[in-house]
Amino acid sequence: MIELTDLTKTYGAATVLDQVSLTIERGGVTSIIGPNGAGKSTMLTIVGRLLKADGGTVTVDGVDVTRARGRDFAKRLSILRQENRFTTRLTVRDLVAFGRYPHSQGRMTGEDHDQVEAALGFLDLVPLGDRFLDELSGGQRQRAYVAMVLCQDTDYVLLDEPLNNLDMKHAVAMMLQIRRAADVLGKTVVIVIHDINFASAYSDRIVAMREGRVAHAGAPKEIMTPEVLRDVFELDVRVEEIDGSLIGVYYR
Amino acid sequence: MSVAEHEPTTTAGAGTAARADTERRGFPTWARIAVLAGLATAFSIAYLTWGVTGNVAYVIERRSTVLFTMLIVAFAGAIATVLFHTVTDNRILTPSIMGMEALFVLVQTCMVFVFGLAGLSMLPPVAAFVLQAGLMVLFAMLLFKRLFTGGIGSLHLTLLVGIVFGILFTSLAQLMQRLLDPNEFTALQSRLFARLTRADPDLLPWVALLVVGIGVYVWRRHRLYDVVGLGRDTAVNLGVDHTRIAIRTLMIVAVLTAVSTALVGPMTFFGFMAATLAYQIAGRHEHHYVMPIAFLTGLCALVGGQFVLEHLLGHAGTLTVVIEFTGGALFLYFLLRKAAR
Repeated sequence: MIELTDLTKTYGAATVLDQVSLTIERGGVTSIIGPNGAGKSTMLTIVGRLLKADGGTVTVDGVDVTRARGRDFAKRLSILRQENRFTTRLTVRDLVAFGRYPHSQGRMTGEDHDQVEAALGFLDLVPLGDRFLDELSGGQRQRAYVAMVLCQDTDYVLLDEPLNNLDMKHAVAMMLQIRRAADVLGKTVVIVIHDINFASAYSDRIVAMREGRVAHAGAPKEIMTPEVLRDVFELDVRVEEIDGSLIGVYYR
Repeated sequence: MSVAEHEPTTTAGAGTAARADTERRGFPTWARIAVLAGLATAFSIAYLTWGVTGNVAYVIERRSTVLFTMLIVAFAGAIATVLFHTVTDNRILTPSIMGMEALFVLVQTCMVFVFGLAGLSMLPPVAAFVLQAGLMVLFAMLLFKRLFTGGIGSLHLTLLVGIVFGILFTSLAQLMQRLLDPNEFTALQSRLFARLTRADPDLLPWVALLVVGIGVYVWRRHRLYDVVGLGRDTAVNLGVDHTRIAIRTLMIVAVLTAVSTALVGPMTFFGFMAATLAYQIAGRHEHHYVMPIAFLTGLCALVGGQFVLEHLLGHAGTLTVVIEFTGGALFLYFLLRKAAR
């Protein structure tokens, strides 16, 4: 369980997170949606202990993220940021193998290698394993990054805009893989996502943020209503049920 | 796109075989290291034994001192730069560019400015070195202490502050040099001009001990440095206490830079050259490849260059000038290539 209590973050005069309190239960996929500048990524980054909050606390299974021992915490929770760029030249397999570092401290065992191959397989990266990251397309690279955090084999996986750079086909595949990570591997996945319809179709819970606060949180059917979406995005959204999913239509 | 069938927990045995480096391009990395090591050894033997006449014991002893100095300087310059690149997640800036060597120049100038010619030989070499290294570590500590705590962007700010301090130190030193008596200035200048044959033999064993200690410390952490090289966020995600490692490593970098400058004087682009060539030669990211290759590349450049200049061209020039020229050209090339992207 991830618990945020009165989480606050300010940059100068701008308040990015304004006393956010939120509980994310174990299991399933939770999507964080909201307009630009709502504080979604900031919140995720603080939970992933990559950024310090100015006030409030975050606990994961009762452990304060700022106090947790790095090595232990890295076996419990992994985070992938939106922008990833490495100075060093790595192959896909090198990168994914780094996901085993919290477990192996760099001394890879046979089991670690098996996990690497399994993560490559899980994201259809086996044929690309020995290619260098700078030789891949944006979408392939994105999958390699996700493979790394899955290889870390943590209970909690935080992904900041995992659909970044992906075309429709690969976006759908990525969401299916995220769903499978939750259903088959039993992981608790939290993603920041811009497309409300992907959030609606693939997640168990949606957290809607606006101006540094959690405006609404609940199951997709509670969030995917014209009233809530209007409140969050200041936009008229027609909601239709298509093939069992609630789909928002907002293009014109 | 079909979703893969197997699950992470159930697949077995597939990994170990696939790890083999058969897919890598070209010459295996260990062979590249062996070639460099062979080259460095050949240069060393050639340097020691070429055209020895007269008092053989004396000549060999003198050359051994120079060779030993080059060994330490190659290690300090190359490893300091590789580590600096790793913890700062950049491959252009080096400790020298960050003002560490400018500080050396400033301290030396201050000594002469305050105490006159006696200032250069006032302290025994070991004490002078400890003072010098201490000041450089202190500077690095002040500069980097608050680094990595403010999140993204602060690294670049810190680097900028370092460069500005470097300019400040250089300007202060230049001001003082202008006020010096010409005799004192000449003596100072010969001290500030990098020369491989200048190192104090009394200082060498102590410095060697220090460098070996650092070498062992760093080598034991080569896997950790591989992770640190992925950048702060990824390293933290993988459970590395990045702030602590970065500050410690920058202290080590300060000591290594102090070692190199105290022995032979400031060499701005030597470390950059050794590290940059090493990345190209290694073709891989792992520090257990990159660090030995950087050291050996630096050693080949120093010993090979000194051999050619001293024995084949009869002391026609100063090696450090050649290395600074080559290293500086390489630096500009990489800077422009990066800018062009």
